[in-house]
Amino acid sequence: MHWNSLSEFINMGGYGTYVWGSYLVTFVLLTAEVIALQARKRKLKRSAPRERLETRNSKFETVL
Amino acid sequence: MSKSKIHWYKYAAPVNFYPLAGKMIPFFTALTIILFAIGLYMSFFVAPVDFQQGHSYRIIFIHVPAAWMGMFLYVLMAIYAGIGWAFNARLASMMATAIAPTGAIFTFISLVTGSLWGKPAWGVFWVWDARMTSTLILMFLYIGFISLQSSIDDTRRADRAGAVLALVGVINVPIIYFSVQWWNTLHQGATLTARSFKMAPSMLSAMFVLMGACWMYSIAIVLARVRLIIKEREREAPWLVETHPFEGEIGIRKSVSEGAQ
Repeated sequence: MHWNSLSEFINMGGYGTYVWGSYLVTFVLLTAEVIALQARKRKLKRSAPRERLETRNSKFETVL
Repeated sequence: MSKSKIHWYKYAAPVNFYPLAGKMIPFFTALTIILFAIGLYMSFFVAPVDFQQGHSYRIIFIHVPAAWMGMFLYVLMAIYAGIGWAFNARLASMMATAIAPTGAIFTFISLVTGSLWGKPAWGVFWVWDARMTSTLILMFLYIGFISLQSSIDDTRRADRAGAVLALVGVINVPIIYFSVQWWNTLHQGATLTARSFKMAPSMLSAMFVLMGACWMYSIAIVLARVRLIIKEREREAPWLVETHPFEGEIGIRKSVSEGAQ
């Protein structure tokens, strides 16, 4: 164990900004990627049934 | 090959790959979480302090895995794009499209963490040296691939155009890798060399665990994205409607079939 206290851990021997900045950027970007993908999934789910219904109805009508 | 009980080509078809990918995602997600937890613990509590750089060197545990992922994923993307182009395999092309955003993000992470490390180590956030410039070009290649594909409406044409760009750009990967040998640069040499490990074993193992975590993350998110791409592109395909109906789809189908009768 290299840390005697929490403040020492946060300080990172004077390099806290760089070290935590790096880990924060990584965390934010990977989380954003997951959230963006979920949003894309929701958007597709919302749009898909309506579009299908429209195309089906048009096909149905041509059959009639 | 013909005696093999597993039909490998079976999973080249979206109809078979789609449910398989769905089953694999939870497994890789769990591995991602476990490996990140172990890797982060090792990088902050097990790996010793560096005698030259103090604690600032701890950026290496994400910087190097992110840089590797950026390069690996590019090669993988180019291979998939090439297969999709040469053999007219649409799933391979979809894989290439699914890999690109994740590769771009990892390349961006390697650039940002690199400059955050550069400031305490070299005194500057950025220099136009060979490795950093070629890594920046790698990110532009990813961005070019993504925007080229999204600018073409016909998906198969978009796949072919992307494949050309990806395959031409692959030349940049060895340039990045060997840049520290070919040019006199501020960037330190390769972290891993065949002859010797310059790092302490606990530092090296922390880096390998996080490397594994990044791989598992990439696999999970690329599979999730490729499933979405399959859904987006083949939404009218009967197999997708029948095996994986969206909410409300069953009701619609029923009413349509009832009406037809």
